[in-house]
Amino acid sequence: MPETATFPLFPHRHLLGIQHLSPSDIVSLLDRADEAVAVSRQSEKKTAALRGRTQINLFFEASTRTQSSFELAGKRLGADVMNMSVASSSVKKGETLIDTAMTLNAMRPDILIIRHAAAGAAALLAQKVGCSVVNAGDGAHEHPTQALLDALTIRRAKGDLSKLIVAICGDVLHSRVARSNILLLNALGARVRVIAPSTLLPSGIHQMSVDVFNRMEDGLKDADVVMMLRLQRERMAGAFVPSVREYFHFFGLDQAKLRLAKPDALVMHPGPMNRGVEIASEIADGPQSVIQEQVEMGVAVRMAVMQALLDPRRNEASL
Amino acid sequence: MTTTVFTDARIVDPSRSLDEIGTVIVADGKIQAAGASARNQGIPEGADVIDARGKTIMPGLVDARVFVGEPGGEHRETIASAGRAAAAGGVTSIITMPDTDPVIDDVALVEFVLRAARDHAAVNVYPSAAITRGLKGQEMTEFGLLGQAGAVAFTDGRHTISDSSLLRRAMTYARDFGAVIAHETADPYLSGGVMNEGLYASWLGLGGIPREAEIIPLERDLRLARLTQANYHAAKISTAVSADVVSRAKQDGALVTAGVAIHSLALNEHDVGEYRTFFRLAPPLRTEDDRLAMIEALKTGTLDIIVSSHDPQDVDTKRLPFADAAIGAVGLETLLAVGLRLHHNDQVPLLRLVDALSTAPAKIFDLPGGTLKPGAPADLILVDLDHPWVVTETDLHSRSKNSCFEGARLQGKVLQTMVAGRTVFSH
Repeated sequence: MPETATFPLFPHRHLLGIQHLSPSDIVSLLDRADEAVAVSRQSEKKTAALRGRTQINLFFEASTRTQSSFELAGKRLGADVMNMSVASSSVKKGETLIDTAMTLNAMRPDILIIRHAAAGAAALLAQKVGCSVVNAGDGAHEHPTQALLDALTIRRAKGDLSKLIVAICGDVLHSRVARSNILLLNALGARVRVIAPSTLLPSGIHQMSVDVFNRMEDGLKDADVVMMLRLQRERMAGAFVPSVREYFHFFGLDQAKLRLAKPDALVMHPGPMNRGVEIASEIADGPQSVIQEQVEMGVAVRMAVMQALLDPRRNEASL
Repeated sequence: MTTTVFTDARIVDPSRSLDEIGTVIVADGKIQAAGASARNQGIPEGADVIDARGKTIMPGLVDARVFVGEPGGEHRETIASAGRAAAAGGVTSIITMPDTDPVIDDVALVEFVLRAARDHAAVNVYPSAAITRGLKGQEMTEFGLLGQAGAVAFTDGRHTISDSSLLRRAMTYARDFGAVIAHETADPYLSGGVMNEGLYASWLGLGGIPREAEIIPLERDLRLARLTQANYHAAKISTAVSADVVSRAKQDGALVTAGVAIHSLALNEHDVGEYRTFFRLAPPLRTEDDRLAMIEALKTGTLDIIVSSHDPQDVDTKRLPFADAAIGAVGLETLLAVGLRLHHNDQVPLLRLVDALSTAPAKIFDLPGGTLKPGAPADLILVDLDHPWVVTETDLHSRSKNSCFEGARLQGKVLQTMVAGRTVFSH
């Protein structure tokens, strides 16, 4: 792996969202991640980049895949990784987010990875602790590493994002993945579309620099990338859409609908998938699916992010 | 009791549409004279004479919407601490909300508030009582007996009554007793969010509260006010459309008045910034267009009064993610100075502003203050309208420090607050 000095110093202490990143910040993270992919594909996957550093994963919402991805990323960089799971923590005993954060902070970690059901939780934590904070998903706000790994997956398959049409389909209203992706894809110049029933679109969506469609048949036309979103089970039955059956009929990605996109369109999903709800199995496992690549890129992007935030040059500068 | 004479003050008294330089004479707890003509009366022997040149005297503010913590939440605010905060803010009368534990829905509890106020409060405290028992929106309280005990208005506080039939009967019954029904209008089903619905909330990933959550029950209430001819007060409105529908109801001859929280005049949704929980309010901070519409409606009189909606919350319920944080902000101590922004910016004439902060609420709720007429109780404040100051947490008298204006630069400072001729605050 090349010296970190070949990359510009990342100008942020935390990664709380895509919103505060410039296009060049994003590109430099993606470039770093490309290097991390190479490392992860070697038989010797461990580097010393973060040796001696302590990473705490603080997950208030269960998430097997994101948490293991961050854990593996930290371990491949040589950091000491601790997982703090909510089920066994004092959060259940009424301790507040801030108290938990202060307690962990006193253990002098170098980086905290947080997932929380409340929008703004990562930002709140970042105000109270002395280390770097990575937002691994806060309510319906942002999930920046997911957007970065999606962009990396697309860039490696398609090259320059600026000429691409990306259709984001499904529950945009509740989706932090959608918000981070809309911000990131726009920052890199892609044409972003959202396709969903209007009950699953946030207020003000027309001002979010996206083209809005309510029919898959219209929105998928000529798309280079089809990004499916997960529909939470509790939102399927009557509250936001009438039924699973109706949702899949109109908004589930099947062969017929996918045919409307470009023939080489990528199919993506942040996982975990509801097969038969938002995506047909034959598509999820089909030749256009890059869902497994997304998982691999996830580790690489998280390595890149942590290295950028914990750049040793930052310490020298602050000394 | 001694006599106090303020000389050469600018006297602003909306009850007489008076704005002139003159003398104010206070004797035996009452205004003896206030105006240019009082200069000729001479100074009574032994009087305290205060040179008020360059300063302004106005009736003390009457704040019609104050949440206290007593009984049940004394760690947030007691009647005594609310009284100190009020005095420091130039507020000489407060109407307390029934949202306490227990709820003020019974004669004995109204008497409790009045007793605590008499023994501990620096300012006049007028309790309001619940419209429905326990604020549950199901059974009417005893308007007649509660009114005799001293409840000056009926309101379900932070709650909106969903049952239209019950509300209709409450308004009809209240009319017989001449009681005012003051109601916050927020449809509970449409108010599931935590800030104003729109692009800004969507980017923050926070649930939105549409304007319609306020407008729909408000329109219903105004229809019922026309139907019942009750005295109805729309307690806190925040949208341009709300002002229009209130205006229309007034034109139709309904006995309707309306209030606006100071926050809705001074702040907008962007003040929420990055999840600043002190700005989680009810109604939520709306858009800048709504704020400007509120100012215009205040100027024209469609909005009758300004309230602080003082709502003390302790730090632990605010140091949480935005959607989990308690709703409300303290406001008694900044009400006047924040309101004066509208005067300094030439948005609302000073007389109208003081009317909305003092004279009009006293009139709506039939309270003794809000005027400097001879014979009225000497509830007045001496103010330096231009004095600049910065709000600091440590200077706040309220037990809770959840102010939206922490660190704000304000212009206009209360120098002295008098309640019934007694000085309860001086700077």
